[in-house]
Amino acid sequence: MTSAAIRFQDVTVAYDRHPALHHLTGSFDPGSLTAIAGPNGAGKSTLLRALMGELAPVTGRIERGGLALRDLGYLPQAAAIERGFPITVADTVILGGWRRIGSFRGVTRALRRRAAEALEAVGLEGFDARPVSALSAGQFQRVLFARLLVQDAPVIVLDEPFTAIDARTTRDLLDIVTRWHGEGRTVIAVLHDFDQVRAHFPQTLLLARDLIGWGPTRDTLTPANLRRARAMAEAWDESAAICDIPPETRS
Amino acid sequence: MSVYSLIFQPFAEYGFMRRALVASVCLGIGAGPVGVLLMLRRMSLVGDAMSHAVLPGAAIGFLIAGNLSLLAMGLGGLVAGLSVALLAGLVSRTTTLREDASFASFYLTSLALGVLIVSLRGSNIDLLHILFGTILAIDAQALVLVGTISSVTLVLLALVYRPLVAECFDPGFLRAVGGRGSLYHGLFLFLVVLNLVAGFQALGTLMAVGLMMLPAAIAQLWARSLPAMFAIATGAAALSGFVGLLLSYHLRFASGPTIILTASALYAVSLLTCPSGVLRRLLKRPHLAG
Ligand SMILES: Nc1ncnc2c1ncn2[C@@H]1O[C@H](COP(=O)(O)OP(=O)(O)OP(=O)(O)O)[C@@H](O)[C@H]1O
Ligand SMILES: [Mg+2]
Repeated sequence: MTSAAIRFQDVTVAYDRHPALHHLTGSFDPGSLTAIAGPNGAGKSTLLRALMGELAPVTGRIERGGLALRDLGYLPQAAAIERGFPITVADTVILGGWRRIGSFRGVTRALRRRAAEALEAVGLEGFDARPVSALSAGQFQRVLFARLLVQDAPVIVLDEPFTAIDARTTRDLLDIVTRWHGEGRTVIAVLHDFDQVRAHFPQTLLLARDLIGWGPTRDTLTPANLRRARAMAEAWDESAAICDIPPETRS
Repeated sequence: MSVYSLIFQPFAEYGFMRRALVASVCLGIGAGPVGVLLMLRRMSLVGDAMSHAVLPGAAIGFLIAGNLSLLAMGLGGLVAGLSVALLAGLVSRTTTLREDASFASFYLTSLALGVLIVSLRGSNIDLLHILFGTILAIDAQALVLVGTISSVTLVLLALVYRPLVAECFDPGFLRAVGGRGSLYHGLFLFLVVLNLVAGFQALGTLMAVGLMMLPAAIAQLWARSLPAMFAIATGAAALSGFVGLLLSYHLRFASGPTIILTASALYAVSLLTCPSGVLRRLLKRPHLAG
């Protein structure tokens, strides 16, 4: 479905001049299914937010393979969602059709049906008319997943999608991820469960502020790599010198 | 005293009572839904701030046109309110100050400036009228203004309903799918100012926001869907206007504050009797099997 690869070229993203993602170079091939792993504070969410255009890199470039930002379906780790807002589950999922309905066009019957199917796929049939404020955390996460299903995006970006979700639903959602992969979509997901990654994700990007490894999962999640990732110092070095890695030397 | 003389005669006999009633119903139709959205966006205090921000503009209109000319004051208020909204938005976007904090600093400045300007020329009575309104003095021209504003509000709200809901519920999502959230946010702030200008003649700068926020609070206690909240807020505002006007007529109270206090009383009753209220908690009903 995607035309060209999503390419990171020497990308550094910093908060307050301290890099959270350091000189990352590499690419997600079209139709690839990649897990992003690494310890807390490794810069995984930062990478995704830069990809989504929410953060601007201080060095380097991100090429999105000719796709517009709106073609990327994104499930953030902690979305700033107003959970108390009086909106029903069905209406939330229908918002996933934004690319088709925009601000003003009417909601078609087809879209309504897609939303109902998506709710069924995440195991929430019968929840249509519930206000989202009356959902458990895991149920709400599944509603967001259903919205992503309706979004029908060629690239799907998930940040720890299975936290707070029970084992059975996680299996169902992983099946959806696998189905997306089969349909030729590019899927990128941040995950902490290495067994899950080994079982379902052909590609892995291991991150600990610097890139530790990026390639086939078996070659990336090696004991040596995982040791290196764990050794990352999580706290900022307040007296750090200016980084002197010249651009374009890491490729 | 008959029911007729209690409830209908004041409106049948006096034109100023009829106009006041129509004005408060119109205000409710526009300000009710706007207040609900304001509250859901956690911007209640911004509404309060904006009502003060309108003042210096209205005061300048008063200075130029004099004699409490409604059009000049309304226009001035609109310009001043929008400027403060724009400036506050700008400040919160370019500094770490959050929007409500920057609103607070702007409206205090506005309020002081407004009072100063009125006191340059007007009397204390003028100042009182500007601050607290004169709903019984509303004329046909003012009524047309208030009616136009509530019609425009309804039409605009209907047009941008979906992006407004999306922007309030999940702003990150709207941004990601390419919706222009800040445009609708701006449009919404425009509607807030517009409705405050409408309420300003009737209730004054300081209490115009009351007919926006109290009905919205009542609606939130009773309804769980947005359309129902809009309807309840509108109804509560209109009812407050009706009952408040009657009370002020019979008891010879000042009308603006009586209308707002009626809304407060409705709010208090709702607090007790609404589904999550105190009375329901006392009347325990057995739970279901599943
Ligand atoms: N808004 C922010 N301001 C300042 N520093 C931040 C901000 N967000 C993240 N950081 C820092 O950047 C680093 C990377 O954070 P990021 O959220 O990308 O980590 P992560 O890999 O997603 O971790 P987790 O597994 O906990 O989600 C961390 O050291 C964090 O403290
Ligand atoms: Mg994260």
